[in-house]
Amino acid sequence: MNNVNTNALIQVRELTKFFPIYRGAIFRRKLGDLRALDGVSFDISRGETLGLVGESGCGKTTTGRTILQLEHPTSGKVFFEGRDITGIGKYEARRLRKHMQIIYQDPFGSLNPRMTVRDIVGEPLLIHELTKGRGEYRDRIDSLLKMVGLNPAMAARYPHEFSGGERQRIGIARALAVNPGFIICDEPVSALDVSIQAQIINLLEEIQEKFGLAYLFIAHDLAVVRHISNRIAVMYLGEIVEIADRKDLYREPMHPYTKALLAAIPIPDPEMEYSREHSMIKGEVPSLFDTPPGCKFHTRCPIMQKICRESRPVLKNMHGNEHMVACHLVI
Amino acid sequence: MLLQVRNLSTYFLADNGVVKAVDDISYDLEEGETLSIVGESGCGKTVSALSLLRLIPDPPGKIVNGKIIFEGRDLLTLSEDEICDIRGNRMAMIFQEPMTSLNPVLTIGHQVMEPLMLHKGMNRKEALKECIELLKGMQIPDARTMVGAYPHQFSGGMRQRVMVSMGLSCNPRLIIADEPTTALDVTIQAELLDLMKKLTRDHFTALIIITHNLGIVARYADKVIVMYAGRIVEKALTRELYRSPLHPYTIGLMESVPRLDQDIKQKLRPIEGQPPDLAYLPSGCSFHPRCRRAMERCRRESPTLREVSDNHEAACWIYE
Repeated sequence: MNNVNTNALIQVRELTKFFPIYRGAIFRRKLGDLRALDGVSFDISRGETLGLVGESGCGKTTTGRTILQLEHPTSGKVFFEGRDITGIGKYEARRLRKHMQIIYQDPFGSLNPRMTVRDIVGEPLLIHELTKGRGEYRDRIDSLLKMVGLNPAMAARYPHEFSGGERQRIGIARALAVNPGFIICDEPVSALDVSIQAQIINLLEEIQEKFGLAYLFIAHDLAVVRHISNRIAVMYLGEIVEIADRKDLYREPMHPYTKALLAAIPIPDPEMEYSREHSMIKGEVPSLFDTPPGCKFHTRCPIMQKICRESRPVLKNMHGNEHMVACHLVI
Repeated sequence: MLLQVRNLSTYFLADNGVVKAVDDISYDLEEGETLSIVGESGCGKTVSALSLLRLIPDPPGKIVNGKIIFEGRDLLTLSEDEICDIRGNRMAMIFQEPMTSLNPVLTIGHQVMEPLMLHKGMNRKEALKECIELLKGMQIPDARTMVGAYPHQFSGGMRQRVMVSMGLSCNPRLIIADEPTTALDVTIQAELLDLMKKLTRDHFTALIIITHNLGIVARYADKVIVMYAGRIVEKALTRELYRSPLHPYTIGLMESVPRLDQDIKQKLRPIEGQPPDLAYLPSGCSFHPRCRRAMERCRRESPTLREVSDNHEAACWIYE
């Protein structure tokens, strides 16, 4: 996975991000590193959706932010259209955002409450000088709002006048304004009501088809991720433990953590639930500051062996069909 | 019958009129049974639970009508002292947010021991012993030292275990769990709910689980109430509800969630529109603006809950 593939839109290679932890004000000393990302690699092709799942604190959001260059990685590289974009300057990063955008989880916190919807959606148009003149600017905003299912007549209103689902639509319109090729969706539906989630998921699918967008879809809800993604990567404590086509991942999960995640999700069918095992793993996720040696999952793993405590497994390709697993015990 | 709720209505007086948060709901619960109340945010599920414990802030809220018969007594006629004797003792509540519902300046032990000393008349020593047993029962590691710890030293999952221990401490007959695991990760959620279900089964405690997650309902509940805009729109045994949902809202909810056991790339069928503002409810059936099967009558008249098949009730004109 270390060769640079020019067909991929996004390539992430051995990405690590450590946040140093300090203690004390005058005699400040470094206590160690919080290993948020620890050697993450994957590709995303044009028009493809890669789902990224895992429990809170596993590094999903940091992965997204590091790709966008909102965080500088400690080591590793990110390529966009074959070009190395790791550690580029502010000016270049700004130009890059014409091609990659992000949709946030919290539709209440991610829109400026003092700006009207028109200003929010129009801001990227002004920054990147994408429209000429007042008329074109307004027309573009109107068409963006229509595209996401909002009435352009509401453009003069403020975010607080909208519901959660509508606010998420505003966020999507803002991301679409620059005509990007790649959007990071960071838990875009987790804060929404069940009946509204489906509306937003369908909208994301529609615009993907229309504009050939690639998504990095970050979520903790495996059912939602399976629905929208082409391939899925499962993260645990800053590492990818399994990555596969969504069909293979659900039909044939290999990593014990993936199996446990799948079992933990209740299926809305009482007859099926009756015969399922639910909690396969016990205990809490260890702290990122003090990650276990060897395989990071060994403290909770139901099939742990001696080797798991001693050496760290690497992602290896199973059956040659791009189904990759990092586990000593999967052969 | 452990609990009989009859025509319960809880209203809030707001600047822009009366908000009917809970409007004329009735249901029964037997000893040891698990009931799930499902619905989206603002449908009245939490208010209906708070009403049972008479925890509605008054003003602006008020239980305007109804009866809550619990262990043979109508809770709405009791004095404040009498209801205090029931809260946390015969009927306990577990709140959604394990981060904010524990007191940050008191130790875990102090908080779990409080109901034991208050309701069971235990002295400190007895309460401490019982508290350690409870924490052990919830599989909190190293319970003996943990009683001296403060909530911030616990993770979210551990705090929720403490909350459950507090709820179970006086061996109540009814536990109300309001979105008990929404803030937790899925693996922790499954472990905690399994444990909670086991403990309530062992003690034959009735359980009301308030949730928006249809999977949790399917896994843990014996029967279900579906709420929309303050009213019950469907009531059934869990298996029956999933086998043949009746109300268009319930059907809509089921079709709008992606499922792990279904074919992929089947397009989701969302319920169009937004849940209504409770202060400005639509005329007739509150669901009619979003309903795929709305008829002229739905715009004018509000349907009442009626039995469509055995033990399966729905409030919808299409079953008239």
